[in-house]
Amino acid sequence: METYSFLREFADSWMLMVLFAFFIGVILFVFRPGASKIDRDIAEIPFRHEDKPAPARNARAKEV
Amino acid sequence: MNNYIKLIVLGLITLFAMIAANFARDLAYMVNALTIMLVAGGLFLWTLRRTGETPVAVDQSIYMDDVVRAGVIATALWGVVGFLAGTFIAFQLAFPELNFEWAQGYVNFGKLRPLHTSAVIFAFGGNALICTSFYVVQRTSAARLWGGNLGWFVFWGYNLFIVLAATGYILGATQSKEYAEPEWYVDLWLTIVWLSYLAVFLGTIVKRKERHIYVANWFYLSFIITVAMLHVVNNLSIPVSIWGSKSVQVFSGVQDAMTQWWYGHNAVGFFLTAGFLGMMYYFVPKQAERPIYSYKLSIIHFWALIFLYIWAGPHHLHYTALPDWAGTLGMVFSIILWMPSWGGMINGLMTLSGAWDKLRTDPVIRMMVISIGFYGMSTFEGPMMSIRAVNSLSHYTDWTIGHVHSGALGWNGMITFGALYFLVPKLWHRERLYSLSLVSWHFWLATIGIILYAASMWVTGIMEGLMWREVDANGFLVNSFADTVGAKFPMYVVRGLGGVMYITGSLIMCYNLFMTVRRSPAIEAGAHDAVPAE
Repeated sequence: METYSFLREFADSWMLMVLFAFFIGVILFVFRPGASKIDRDIAEIPFRHEDKPAPARNARAKEV
Repeated sequence: MNNYIKLIVLGLITLFAMIAANFARDLAYMVNALTIMLVAGGLFLWTLRRTGETPVAVDQSIYMDDVVRAGVIATALWGVVGFLAGTFIAFQLAFPELNFEWAQGYVNFGKLRPLHTSAVIFAFGGNALICTSFYVVQRTSAARLWGGNLGWFVFWGYNLFIVLAATGYILGATQSKEYAEPEWYVDLWLTIVWLSYLAVFLGTIVKRKERHIYVANWFYLSFIITVAMLHVVNNLSIPVSIWGSKSVQVFSGVQDAMTQWWYGHNAVGFFLTAGFLGMMYYFVPKQAERPIYSYKLSIIHFWALIFLYIWAGPHHLHYTALPDWAGTLGMVFSIILWMPSWGGMINGLMTLSGAWDKLRTDPVIRMMVISIGFYGMSTFEGPMMSIRAVNSLSHYTDWTIGHVHSGALGWNGMITFGALYFLVPKLWHRERLYSLSLVSWHFWLATIGIILYAASMWVTGIMEGLMWREVDANGFLVNSFADTVGAKFPMYVVRGLGGVMYITGSLIMCYNLFMTVRRSPAIEAGAHDAVPAE
């Protein structure tokens, strides 16, 4: 099979399926249980550390 | 030791640029080589004078904001240059006498038009994206910018790219690809700068102190990676000679056209949309002082946008040699794209829910909200114009120009102005802006300017499309091309006036920002422990 036809067939079958499945996976992941609490915390990120970086360590733990 | 390597490299570049200028086969190449020679030679002397000095230790406990400050200044100045070029060429279309006889071949419409598009997209928009991304990634990662002076290399390297491209256009170096006009050696330089940009941005994210990557950084990162990919693939070309600017594209015919519009549309999608959405997701919550309306929606917005945008390019090539299936694919994806776009718009607007009164009191948030409004409007108009039947009327007419400008002036311009008004007091440690009423003046001048622009282009575009397809009872075309040009004159004047209002607004902004730095009361040092003089 010539390259064009092969790529064409691959693109609109397997590759399409993989991409679509990944996309659906992302949406399911977004609505996983317990996500809302984490999301609220992430949405607050712009309101922390406005003036200077977090100190060297221990900041990886949540500090709301 | 480090400096000795730098000196050797800079010396070699200077020498090579001298040889290149000597052997240059065309004027544009010679001027670009001389520019590189001056820059590399200047840097050589600058490095030489500092060699042997003990380097000053950098305070890692503060953000690297000096490069952001430089970026803010560059954004404001390039904006004025780009708007000025645009307004001038708008009047050149209305009054052809402005294509001066003495400057034929240099500042006529054909030469200035790519100068205008590159100045506003890459110089104004690009500097805005680089400086805001550096600001945002540091704050949302709670970490100082990675790579030390590499951030400065990105800033100056990018602006050198703009200068090389702009002088090249005027003197005739172009590969005639829309939004990708720079020739091969300028493309290579941009690739180096862009990969450094990616390294700085990614490096900062890797050393972040926050557990999660804030959504604005996802948008910025997708913009940087995708633009790198688009730029490299679309600019695959072989130079005719290493001593000349001319190069030959590797792709040809319809493949070249498809690659070009895959690039061109994703330049819109990732440069002018994803990157600026990164700005929206940081600056709108900051200015409204409340978190984004729905973080879940922002994640879905991100993934849906990047999954769909990349396929939309073929809608630029309806009724051409491109296979119909590819055109249909582009059209369908463009229409689906409407959904995530409006999801993002709703997310931005609803961030103000509960704080709508700010619209009345804060002209900066008004600017951001109208930019989101224009985002919504142009992401509705775009999918509609991508439909084959609509495209048969709109394509090649001024409707397209109107659409692009409601997106660029409305969405990109206004969100950037909003970000600049937010950033300048923060970066120069001022309590507030110099004048809010000047911000209101800017807001109304820019808004009315855009409305004049978009409305006149709708009228002239649809009129032009209808005149082109009008046939008489015997099937002959009724209008000649010159008839349509004559009929467009009043709308061209209105469009030019819209441009004048827009640039007046931007000049007011520059004055206001300058006076903010000069006159606004500084934040007291105590309230802001250790104000860094970086």
